Amino acid sequence: MIMNLFVRQIVQILLVIAMAPLLMGWIRQCRAWLANRAGAGLLQPYRELSKLLRKQPIVAHEASPLFVATPYILFTTMVVAGAMVPMTTTRLPLAGVSDAVALAGVFALARIFAALAAMDLGTAFGSMGARRAMLVGFLAEPALLMVLFTPAMISGSTSLVVIVRQLARHGIILYPSMAFAAAAYVMVTLAENARLPVDNPDTHLELTMIHEALNLEYSGRHLALIEWSVAIKLFVYIGIGAALFFPWGITQGHDLAALPIAYALLLAKLAAAGAGLAVIETVFAKLRLFRVPEFLGTAFLLAVLGLLVRYLFGH
Amino acid sequence: MHVPTGLPWGLILSALILWSLLAWASLFIPKAPRIAPLIFPLGALGALCVAAAGLLALHGPPVTMVSPLGLPGLPFHGRLDALSGLFLALFGLTTVAISLDLTGYRAREHYPVAARIGVQYHILLMSLTLVFVAADAYSFLIAWEAMALSSYLLVVTDHRTSAARRAGFLYLLIEHVGALAILAAFAILIAQAPAGPQLAYTFAALHTANPGPAVAGLVFVLAFLGFGAKAGLVPLHVWLPQAHPVAPSPISALLSSVLLKVGIYGLLRVAFVVLPTPAPWWGLTVLTVGLVTALLGALSSAVQSDMKRLLAYSSVENIGLITAAIGLALLFSAYGLKALAALALIAALYHCLNHAFFKGLLFLGTGSVLHATGERNLGRLGGLIHRMPQTALLMLIGTLAIAGVPPLNGFVSEWLTLQAFLKAAALPRPYLAMGIPLGAALTALVAGLAGYVMVKFYGIVFLGRPRETRLTHAVEAGPFERAGLGLLALLCIVLGLWPAGIIALLRPAARLLIGTDAPVTVSYAGARVGVAHAGYAPAVLWLAFGVIALATVLVLRKRSPRPARRAAVWNCGHPVVGARMQDTAEGFGQPIRRIFTAFLAARHRQPAPDDLAPRYGSVVEDRFWTDLYRPAARGFETIFAWTAALGPRRIAVSLFCVLMTLIVLLALAP
Repeated sequence: MIMNLFVRQIVQILLVIAMAPLLMGWIRQCRAWLANRAGAGLLQPYRELSKLLRKQPIVAHEASPLFVATPYILFTTMVVAGAMVPMTTTRLPLAGVSDAVALAGVFALARIFAALAAMDLGTAFGSMGARRAMLVGFLAEPALLMVLFTPAMISGSTSLVVIVRQLARHGIILYPSMAFAAAAYVMVTLAENARLPVDNPDTHLELTMIHEALNLEYSGRHLALIEWSVAIKLFVYIGIGAALFFPWGITQGHDLAALPIAYALLLAKLAAAGAGLAVIETVFAKLRLFRVPEFLGTAFLLAVLGLLVRYLFGH
Repeated sequence: MHVPTGLPWGLILSALILWSLLAWASLFIPKAPRIAPLIFPLGALGALCVAAAGLLALHGPPVTMVSPLGLPGLPFHGRLDALSGLFLALFGLTTVAISLDLTGYRAREHYPVAARIGVQYHILLMSLTLVFVAADAYSFLIAWEAMALSSYLLVVTDHRTSAARRAGFLYLLIEHVGALAILAAFAILIAQAPAGPQLAYTFAALHTANPGPAVAGLVFVLAFLGFGAKAGLVPLHVWLPQAHPVAPSPISALLSSVLLKVGIYGLLRVAFVVLPTPAPWWGLTVLTVGLVTALLGALSSAVQSDMKRLLAYSSVENIGLITAAIGLALLFSAYGLKALAALALIAALYHCLNHAFFKGLLFLGTGSVLHATGERNLGRLGGLIHRMPQTALLMLIGTLAIAGVPPLNGFVSEWLTLQAFLKAAALPRPYLAMGIPLGAALTALVAGLAGYVMVKFYGIVFLGRPRETRLTHAVEAGPFERAGLGLLALLCIVLGLWPAGIIALLRPAARLLIGTDAPVTVSYAGARVGVAHAGYAPAVLWLAFGVIALATVLVLRKRSPRPARRAAVWNCGHPVVGARMQDTAEGFGQPIRRIFTAFLAARHRQPAPDDLAPRYGSVVEDRFWTDLYRPAARGFETIFAWTAALGPRRIAVSLFCVLMTLIVLLALAP
């Protein structure tokens, strides 16, 4: 019984680590198809990671221990976040001892370390990136919390496990409040994961980059860890979205027979979300940095609207 | 465990006697410098006694004491209950660290200054203890006044600079406006008490006074004003960003960690213990003022470029969050939702402890930086992590704690506050149930901003390149200073990793104030605290974190074994031209200035296109200072000028005016 729980937890952790680059590859492939390109294939992110792992990392003379520790911290926090989300089963030890607010806190911890490490070398790009990343982050965090509060209100708890149980029990009902929350969640996901229209993950354009500016000075396995953590973060965000808005298929009992179906459904959800993300990224242009607060303000207000709808109509 | 009921009082009395002896002994420092290194460690011993007394009082029954001091027929009453105990513990533990820090700090000061600080500091500690144990209005106000005056003298330690004198005057002024409001609140209550042979001035007697709702409301407003002035609530917060930078850093730490909490303590004592059941509008007022204070504090701290002003505004923010949670508790309590009120109150008290510890840590660390570099301006610091690695590590703990991220303590109280906000759906009024989640949104925004501010603070002070060449000579803080920092950092970690234990300490205080236990469950052998099926188990989470991090390191050592090579910074191929290319504090605040223009009074100076010597500049002032205090001051000046011009300045005319005023007042009297 206990062993069973631990096995599930470890399987989920390994799954998150192993599959996150695949999700990245899938999104890039979809974007390539939408742009009428052949694309590099689904496995390209793995090739890139293994190349980076083989290379020798270079660290600046001025770097402090914080700089070297940060890639490990980022990777670990993202894996822990991945372990906390009920993606295929609600019976996870770490999902039980933490809730949605703690999840937002773990993301905030990673963001703060990324920004601090960028400031460590005292380069103009690094500190500019830190400032911009924190700007996006502090605006996205309240929007994320507001999104999480709508299902928390419906189920009476901020625990993702309880939310999944409550929402899945009701079958396929469309809560109007959840529609608002879902729209806001998509916007927050784009901003938090440095995707278009907030940030362009494909370029290092000096004037506009946000996330790329943070890891300019990293190389070798340090860069591999950061790239990997970026992929895991997107994976986890999609996992949270699936748990909140499409909780069907996540198993709740102890029987292992339902697990394969749950995994298949998770794959389908990820594939759909990845394709959707690729469409969004193909259709939208990048926003100017000072339009980003408007973008996130809209997300925040949509989420608050969801909460108010929940109060007014009880849905 | 059996504790003799007299033990807490014994500990407090011995601390008071010790401190009074130390205050007296400090006078002799200039003559006998050898005693200087002993004074402050002994003071820390006294603080330890007070902390122990506070912790013992948390679980014991309330013990009342009537002191032989005081006027005939008006003895002083003391009472040690769970609320006093909690605040005594907070005060004692923080003070241990501050006294340790002062030990190292004073070694570099001139002896006359050390003597002055020694006298006033220990008098302040005594008066603080008395404020927390006073059980009647009379001794409370006397202790309050002693605290105000001794802390004023500490603020103007550096009295030769006009900035310190001005800030001290402002502090004294607002302090006394607050004290007058508190005096008025108590006076009204005493007048309402049933007449008897004895004057009813103890808190217990005032509680039975049972004033009508209108009078109770008036008393509440006056008390909120008075204690709000002490705590630094908007719009009476303006003394904080002025007084904190000019005071010596350990004193700033004491001001921020403990003296602001005295305001919170007084508010809790009067609103929950002395006054009858609150009316809903009390809670709503406190909640609104708290949220506005939190938002303005966070925004203002994001645009500061002086380390200590930044931290002072951050204190305004944190006090706002505590006050908001208290407002929520009052609101729940007004509608009879006792359990939820206890939950909100536990969140507020938890945050009180948190703020005392991490803000004390940050102010003491700022003091160490100030001593190592002589610089308070963020624009002239940088790169200190290389020069002061241990201080930098301890400050990183404080930074993460105040940014409200797990696994440290700031997150726990944020979590509890948000849980309490989410329970607002239980309120019976729809406009409240709908409006209060907006409060949760604001709390979340403030928490995000706090992270932004702390990245700015830590990144600019400790990371990057030194912005001045003399920073390369900075040296690590002394052992006593590091011990003080270490103690507070340890408390931040304990409060972060073991919330169940801390909540067990807070429960008696919440029970005393509300009468009900909070619906916080504890499971997993005390590792997990839960509210409404949602739980947070930091220890388990961070065990997982450690295991995964270790596994990552081990796997990578195997898969990617090549050691890192040191080289020059890449910087996209651009050469790094000195430290001036780094972001400044102003630059880091720029997005906030731009997004939240309406909340800040900022003046920018930009060069014209044909300017030969272009200069950029921006000054950010407190909106309340420019839009409320200055116009008010100008208004008063106009009135005074007008009255001065009105009559000839002859004594007979003035006396006639006084007489007329007296007659009018007598005619108005009932």
